[in-house]
Amino acid sequence: MIWNPSVECASREQMREIQSQCLTSMLERIYKSVPFYRNKLQEKGIEPGDIKSVDQLKDLPFTLKNDLRDNYPFGLFTVPQADIVRLHASSGTSGKPTVVGYTGNDIAMWSEIVARSLAMANVTQQDIIQVAYGYGLFTGGLGLHYGAEKLGALVIPISGGNTKKQLQLMVDLGSTVLACTPSYAALLGESIAREGIRREDLRLRVGVFGAEPWTEEMRAQLQQLLGIKAYDIYGLSEIIGPGVSMECEHQCGNHINEDHFIPEIIDPKTLEILPYGELGELVLTPVSKEAMPLLRFRTRDLTRLHAETCACGRTLVRMEKCLGRTDDMLIIRGVNVFPSQVESVLLELAETSPHYQLIVSRENNLDSLEIKVEIDEQFWSDEVKQLEALKNRIKSNIQSVLGISATIRLVEPRSIERSEGKAKRVIDNRK
Amino acid sequence: MIIKQLSVFLEDKSGRLNELTKILADNDINITALSIADAVDYGIVRMIVGRPELAVRILKENGFSVNLTEVACLVVPNQPGGLYHALKILADNQINIDYLYAFAIETTALVVIRSASISEVINVLKNNQLELLLASRVYQL
Repeated sequence: MIWNPSVECASREQMREIQSQCLTSMLERIYKSVPFYRNKLQEKGIEPGDIKSVDQLKDLPFTLKNDLRDNYPFGLFTVPQADIVRLHASSGTSGKPTVVGYTGNDIAMWSEIVARSLAMANVTQQDIIQVAYGYGLFTGGLGLHYGAEKLGALVIPISGGNTKKQLQLMVDLGSTVLACTPSYAALLGESIAREGIRREDLRLRVGVFGAEPWTEEMRAQLQQLLGIKAYDIYGLSEIIGPGVSMECEHQCGNHINEDHFIPEIIDPKTLEILPYGELGELVLTPVSKEAMPLLRFRTRDLTRLHAETCACGRTLVRMEKCLGRTDDMLIIRGVNVFPSQVESVLLELAETSPHYQLIVSRENNLDSLEIKVEIDEQFWSDEVKQLEALKNRIKSNIQSVLGISATIRLVEPRSIERSEGKAKRVIDNRK
Repeated sequence: MIIKQLSVFLEDKSGRLNELTKILADNDINITALSIADAVDYGIVRMIVGRPELAVRILKENGFSVNLTEVACLVVPNQPGGLYHALKILADNQINIDYLYAFAIETTALVVIRSASISEVINVLKNNQLELLLASRVYQL
């Protein structure tokens, strides 16, 4: 079902008109209320009235994650505190967290785009959605929650963790949709198998997974483990949270809700705008947000955009599944490495599980990469030569995919720490 | 004649073998034979214990990755040529051995043999009048 056909199937011309109107009004608001943006616009000699079309977006300044930190906590808010009804914050892995505010209208808009997203995955009012994203400062739980309620589905707000209880409720209440991070979905799938829960005890049919990059191989594995069709939902807290974009049943990229979030792809080095189909950094302008609209926020996510109308009938621009965030990208001996590439290699082999960890170190000024891989509980051999052959197979596949060699270390099943939220895939000891 | 051997994958971490043996001790499970194949960063503990199925269940519950592997236990005289005589029979029958471990005391030696074709190993040795221990006896040694 298409939740809001007038927008989701609008002509490119109509969409440009919507975006242009919102952009003009947003510029007036931020120029008036946010000194940070007023200064930046003045530096470029731009007055709010100068911008009349979305085509002029390319002349406007960027916003970086650091700008949010520098203006912590409320410096980028455009409305008085009395109009803010909720705050979310991203984890401050390096120093201060970033805080994002929402007005009542922002929450309503967010609910709308999550309802649209769920409808893209063929979720309906009849569904029972187990929301196993964390509830709290993280946007995942509450974002999915409000959208699912807007759709009219039944929500089980169990939040992340408590795996035994998750499985019990999944069986007893007959959850049909699971929403969580792909790494937690893998943990749940593993636990289902271990607890001896049979496929016919479950009514799950759809998975809505996001908040961390995941591969097609991981999708195949999760679909098989859980007996579902798995969909990618994309979002980031700085922009709003989950629901910025979402896959439809054709799974040919995520449809961006571009009436609210104007997408651009730039070359991260030259900052030039790249045409549709080219790989670059995704830049988003959450143009309709009231509490904290951002101008050309650089997401650090690498992807491509495609503008052709989708087989589902939607005209919303599609973004390819993110290869990874430029932040997650490791440079090892001068080679760019994404953890998701390692995941692809491991999932192709039956004897390993999707649980792995990359450890990067520097010895004698030379980077070294060690990959810890859990052996599969069922499929390991008790012969050293077989295990060594497996190690060599992983090593040579990694070498051909990444272009660098890695030390492979086989470890016991379940010895790599499991995550109930986002998985910690990389330990970089070089810092 | 087939004997169920436990194979446990252990990371190279100090104390891991200690934990393994403690769990078996706490559950009153006796170890009859044990050998470790050590690779660079992990080891495989192979052991024969009383009540192997129970041991597997308990070890799994305690987070160990453990498999059952089928082996045979051969009895040969503790004298020069005792093992050679048995291995020659296997070699003459083109049977490949994956690994074995053995120990001798007084007049006899016990040899645990693992091969991908374990039933064939047993048949060939029996047909050549070599002595194999019954599983029930090995578990209780």
